[in-house]
Amino acid sequence: MSNASFSRGYQALKAQIDAPIAAYFSSCVHCGLCAEACLFFTETRDPKYTPIHKLEPLRKVWEQEYTLVGKLKAWFGLSTPLHDQDLADWQEFIYNSCTLCGRCSLVCPVGNDLSYMIRKEREGMVAAGHAPDGQISAAKRAITIGSPMGVKFPALQAQIKHIEKDTGLLVPVDQVGVEYMVTLSSMEIMNYPEYLEALARIFKHAGKTWTLCSEAFEATNTGIQIGSSDIARELVSRLVNAAERLQVKTLVSPECGHAYTAIRWEGANLMGKAFTFKVQHILEVLEELRQQGKLKTEGLETARMTFHDPCQLVRRGGVIDEPRNLLKTVAQNFVEMEDAGKMNWCCGAGGGVGAIEQAHELKTRVFQRKISQLDAIKVETLVTACANCRITLEEGFEAYNREMPVLGLTELIAQHLVEEPATENAHE
Amino acid sequence: MNEVAFLAWVRGIGFQIALGIFIVGIVVRWLEIFLLGKKHDYSAPKGSAVQGAIRTIFSRSIPEKSTWQRSRVQIVTGYVFHIGLLLIILFLTPHITIFREFLGFGWSGLPSSAVDVIAVITMFALLVALVRRLQDPVLRFISTFQDYLVWTVTFLPLLTGYMAYHHLGFSYPTILGLHILSIEILLVLFPFTKLMHAITLFIARGFNGATAGHKGVQA
Repeated sequence: MSNASFSRGYQALKAQIDAPIAAYFSSCVHCGLCAEACLFFTETRDPKYTPIHKLEPLRKVWEQEYTLVGKLKAWFGLSTPLHDQDLADWQEFIYNSCTLCGRCSLVCPVGNDLSYMIRKEREGMVAAGHAPDGQISAAKRAITIGSPMGVKFPALQAQIKHIEKDTGLLVPVDQVGVEYMVTLSSMEIMNYPEYLEALARIFKHAGKTWTLCSEAFEATNTGIQIGSSDIARELVSRLVNAAERLQVKTLVSPECGHAYTAIRWEGANLMGKAFTFKVQHILEVLEELRQQGKLKTEGLETARMTFHDPCQLVRRGGVIDEPRNLLKTVAQNFVEMEDAGKMNWCCGAGGGVGAIEQAHELKTRVFQRKISQLDAIKVETLVTACANCRITLEEGFEAYNREMPVLGLTELIAQHLVEEPATENAHE
Repeated sequence: MNEVAFLAWVRGIGFQIALGIFIVGIVVRWLEIFLLGKKHDYSAPKGSAVQGAIRTIFSRSIPEKSTWQRSRVQIVTGYVFHIGLLLIILFLTPHITIFREFLGFGWSGLPSSAVDVIAVITMFALLVALVRRLQDPVLRFISTFQDYLVWTVTFLPLLTGYMAYHHLGFSYPTILGLHILSIEILLVLFPFTKLMHAITLFIARGFNGATAGHKGVQA
């Protein structure tokens, strides 16, 4: 992110444009339907949040660089070129009011993948020096310390000790040749240690070998959020190197949405080669274990529950049935909220929005969408599978004075595992 | 130029020029898109990109539920004028005569009276679309000069066709000539404006659907 300048930003935008983007811009008819797909518009009714408007800088570059009409217009002085100030002005739209949730990409009648384009547009913003400060510092911490929240391995070690003491189970670190290499988000280490404890219980129960890696435990990728392939590549390569060194079969992405996108979809492309190991979201792992009969649960939650789908898992990841199958094994009163699954509404702070101070008020405002969705079905507990969604939901409920416990699905499953007294002795 | 010469010009050289620009323009735009290429995707697929592309090319013609609930007027208006335009272009008998000339084969048309009603409905839907573009806060905000230009060149062939059929306003050769001229303007502008979406939307849906299909998402 050093030496950012407008010309570097412009070149970066130019370099991002590929055939899909050209097809998308060629097809837009300004129908405005994307506005109603975006919670930043639906909750504010401000037209400036219309998704296609957020792409105006990228569209300008496309038109002027890659179309005959754009060239002619520029030649006759009929168009205004992109200026540095435009990019500065667009920070509000490209970052503060877009969580890359991808709803617009599923709604656009001509088929434009707007979220794909905004992700790419961010590359230009970073190169031009117009990424938000909050995200820049998070990215810097991720590169230098290894975690966007500044969490170092000793902090995780302390958690591990705690868990081992509480459960009597072993939390393996740096084990070679095991089946699963587990990764975490800093949010889980800091706020939701119950996730790691749940994993220890589940893998023990299922009889699977697993490990953490002391040098690569952080799965979140600020490079993906801020829009810097260089940073994203560096962060992904740490995980890839670790998985290769430990010769694991599967790298497990934690309860996090964009971490999954980063390692599952963008990862191999950032590295420029296919992975030698499998990448699965923890929900995919759990569902697989359930189907193999290795996840035996007992007892049912009686509270009325629903599941909040993290955007990156459903719309950008295809993890839709897994949480439902899993939740139904432990919850008696599971109900769906309107638009659940593929079209679920974002928590409002994914895609790095949570790290942007200037976006705080807006994100709280658009949380009204989630409140409306939940009010309609009157549930007592909300379950999700993303630590970032979870903290956003908790903060949102607090801001709206709602009592609503939020649970991670993995820990909920772990609470219902059939206890096998014979395997109590963990340190074999 | 008298009206007979005018009609002869729009039917002859004028039409040839317009058709030439239309075809060359589409080829140019097609190249502009595909020459940019697309990087290979190294991530392990969860589903089929090809199936996803085919699926989305068709499925995106039907609005998803929450969009339908939120934007009914917009969606109905869009359907009506698109289907109307398609029916009028393809099933008005004089149009089929022209297609037969170019393609060497034709098909049977709809009764003129039916097309007449369809034309009125289509023009009405386009007027609704225009009013919405001027009044709806989102549409007004995102609209540019091109949106109004394209609306005009789409509306004029309908209006002049309707006037020619009912012998309104001008002598028949003049209004017929104006009708053909309006179509030529449409053809010339087609490749270089958003009218091009009629072709590129299939490419866009294909790319979007392929990305989604690869990830196991039904887009």
